Amino acid sequence: MSASTLFLVIAVIAIVGFFVGRHRALATADGSIRRLHSLPQYYGSHVAVLSFAPAVLVLAVWSIAQPLVIGGSVQSQILPSDIPEGRDISLVMTEVRTLADGLSLAVSSGDMTAAEADNAQTFIGDLRDRLGALGVALGGDVRPSVLAAAQSYRSATATGDLIRTVLVLALAGGAFLFAFRQIAPDFRARNTVERAVRVILIGCASIAILTTVGIVLSLIFNTIQFFKLYPWQDFLFGTTWSPSFQGASELGILPLLWGTLYISFVALAVAVPIGLFAAVYLSEYATPRVRAIAKPALEVLAGIPTIVYGLFALLTVGPFLLAAFGEDGVLGVNWMQGGTAVMTAGLVMGIMLIPFVSSLSDDIINSVPQAMRDGSLGLGATKSETIKTVVLPAALPGIVGAILLAASRAIGETMIVVFGAGAAARLDLNPFEAMTTVTAKIVSQLTGDGDFNSPEALVAFALGMTLFIMTLGLNVLALRIVRKYREQYE
Amino acid sequence: MTDLTQARSLTELDPRTKKRNAAEKRFRAYGVSAIAIGVVFLVILLWNIISAGLPAYTQTSLKLDVALTQEEVDKAESAVVKTTRYRKMIEAAMVAALQDQGIENPFSKSRDLVRMLSTGAPATLRDAVLADPSLVGQTSQFEFFMSSRADGYMKGRVTREDLARDKNLTPLHLDVIDRLVDAGMVERGFNWNFIFGVDASEARPEQAGMGASILGSFYMMMVVLMAAVPIGVATAIYLEEFAPQNWFTDLIEINISNLAAVPSIVFGILGIAAFIQFGGGVMGIAGFKQSVPLVGGLVLSLMTLPTIIIATRASLKAVPPSIRDAALGLGASKTQAVFHHVLPLALPGILTGTIIGLAQALGETAPLLLIGMIGLVATSYPEGFVSGFTEPNSAMPAQIYQWATRADPAFYERAWGGIIILLVFLLSMNIIAIILRRRFERRW
Repeated sequence: MSASTLFLVIAVIAIVGFFVGRHRALATADGSIRRLHSLPQYYGSHVAVLSFAPAVLVLAVWSIAQPLVIGGSVQSQILPSDIPEGRDISLVMTEVRTLADGLSLAVSSGDMTAAEADNAQTFIGDLRDRLGALGVALGGDVRPSVLAAAQSYRSATATGDLIRTVLVLALAGGAFLFAFRQIAPDFRARNTVERAVRVILIGCASIAILTTVGIVLSLIFNTIQFFKLYPWQDFLFGTTWSPSFQGASELGILPLLWGTLYISFVALAVAVPIGLFAAVYLSEYATPRVRAIAKPALEVLAGIPTIVYGLFALLTVGPFLLAAFGEDGVLGVNWMQGGTAVMTAGLVMGIMLIPFVSSLSDDIINSVPQAMRDGSLGLGATKSETIKTVVLPAALPGIVGAILLAASRAIGETMIVVFGAGAAARLDLNPFEAMTTVTAKIVSQLTGDGDFNSPEALVAFALGMTLFIMTLGLNVLALRIVRKYREQYE
Repeated sequence: MTDLTQARSLTELDPRTKKRNAAEKRFRAYGVSAIAIGVVFLVILLWNIISAGLPAYTQTSLKLDVALTQEEVDKAESAVVKTTRYRKMIEAAMVAALQDQGIENPFSKSRDLVRMLSTGAPATLRDAVLADPSLVGQTSQFEFFMSSRADGYMKGRVTREDLARDKNLTPLHLDVIDRLVDAGMVERGFNWNFIFGVDASEARPEQAGMGASILGSFYMMMVVLMAAVPIGVATAIYLEEFAPQNWFTDLIEINISNLAAVPSIVFGILGIAAFIQFGGGVMGIAGFKQSVPLVGGLVLSLMTLPTIIIATRASLKAVPPSIRDAALGLGASKTQAVFHHVLPLALPGILTGTIIGLAQALGETAPLLLIGMIGLVATSYPEGFVSGFTEPNSAMPAQIYQWATRADPAFYERAWGGIIILLVFLLSMNIIAIILRRRFERRW
């Protein structure tokens, strides 16, 4: 039975269990609910949960483990000579699986008898065409060792599936009977069901941890893979970025880091003053009516998807800047060669970050106690003097935290730099020059064909790792600062 | 004490006070101008989107009478490249139409004349014939899309100077088009194909539409709804109502706040490595391959999880403890108190948070680029409900990205037009969230 059919069968058992359990509970209490410890549906749920959860758990673990175990044991049958030059064994394993699935499909669709499929070696030359007629696309002609591996993969999978079916159904049935026999008027069904609910809640909460683990693992594995093919010193300290899929690429991260930091700096130089002044005005000066209009208007900027900003940079801001600073520009300075530049991306990213800085700072300024303002005003300071000498210094740690969060946003931003910053990796000081960033290069290195085994594709994972570490560090630092600051005034 | 000797009226400000007041005014002006700059940017952005995107919603087309004979249709259908013959029919019809209207045909080859039509026009004709065989044997009127450059000329995007170096269209074509407009054969109409049509190849910007990618986004949002919402709400309930103060709870909390700040592109990397490389490759799960809405939806779910968790926790926190106390006092168990009493009261807030999370996921582009939602020309709608999840498709932001990277400027117009659709969706989701909050939110 396939995993999905098994799942459906278990689900049906569980649903039946619910009604049977509820009925049984009422029967044992001679139809009077008052003699039961829990409400009847809890007895039903008890049977349902017990017959469903363990069986599904075993099903899930088995289904994950089986292909890994069988794949590992079958791998040894493939001759080293059958692995194409420069390719990974995983590519051949995909072929093995496709072949095995194709044979099973041929048997189930009646194109081959089971015996024929088991002796596919006898017509190995026609195999590709016969499977191709069924819609199974094989890359090249079938090689004997691959077919042998596929055959043992197929038989092992068949055995594994059979054991799985028997085991899971036995477990579901056994648990059903066990739970059914437990039912008695004084059985505490509600408590067991509530414990199960609690476990489900904890399981859901653990997904956040699993996601982080998944991110870290997927970055680490591929990064290690990359460093096996490319020396890490050259990656970390190289000053040239010129990937070429023909080989002999230079993959130094420094130009990308420089571009990232430069663009982020320009973005913060735009967003921080504007955002901060907007926050000060909104929280200290604005009348409630102005605030009710201006605050949502700024927040609309935060709700616009980044692809829109990207297009804005590419098609509006870039040409505009070029008309001002480029050749034959209005200002008569020939600083800019093309529409994509550090300035273009930085400016647009700055606009995007204004609401981010302003709403965070707004919260922080509002949490400065009123007594401090009153004290300063009472001593004769004007409002702006109070803000400059009392409110802002008191709020400074929080504001620094907000700026750090904005910086981490800027470093991780992708779409604006993909469109606005250009593709050339450069170590240059001119802000009107095209440069590129870590995120933009992750996109360009990973959106090609589906081959993840060349250093040119794997480098994206190392770049992702760098990005992850940088933003994580900034976030942890920022959250710590903000939290410490909050405690001060609470 | 020399100051006191100089008598001065109290109503007259001394220089220092004047300076301080001026500084006060300046400071205020900075604040006002900061807000003004923000609002001006917003206005420029919106104006830009609308002015650049609206032309995508109209399309110039040519009304042409084409005579279809059984003999020619049979010939066309038996040929290897079936559209060639249909193009010949259109060519003949066009030459005839020009003669009818008394418009001079400056082209010796009729093939050059039809360059002003979309290269998809023969396929349009063929589809119409296949859909309604009764058209064969009579002359009927068809509407053909003009090519993107002819369309651009009608919209003022393309000028005669632009065409001097163009291979596809010459100013001679434009003369003919002007005469055809006078004859009432060329008209601009609302372009339903842009909203409901599917993407087209790079040579036919005039036929590209958002339909398939809207559906792709819809399927991804369904996945987010089914995966992220139950998990997010359950996590929030656990953390807010049940979790004891221990290291495990702290670990979960730290993870959630960090996930909220991880750049979205990193989630794309997770999607490649965990779902496509491991799930689809090593494990051999059938639905986990590139450009599939199921994978895209799962990646977006993980990304939206923190938003939903944080919103749910806030609305659970807003339910006053007296509700819980009353339920517990009447003999409900802790679980019953939460699920029967607290959760229903927190539901409007949870719903609002969910919608905002969905809106965020709908506009997200970067992870979709990595899992291959681009590089695929989504030329067909999925067949059936299930294949919507597991067949390669595009998504709205990915489609916009793709158009923005194509060479023909006619695609830019489409990209801006697509943004309008995307923003309309986002706007309506946010308005629904605001209405829900206004109507159902209770202050305690």
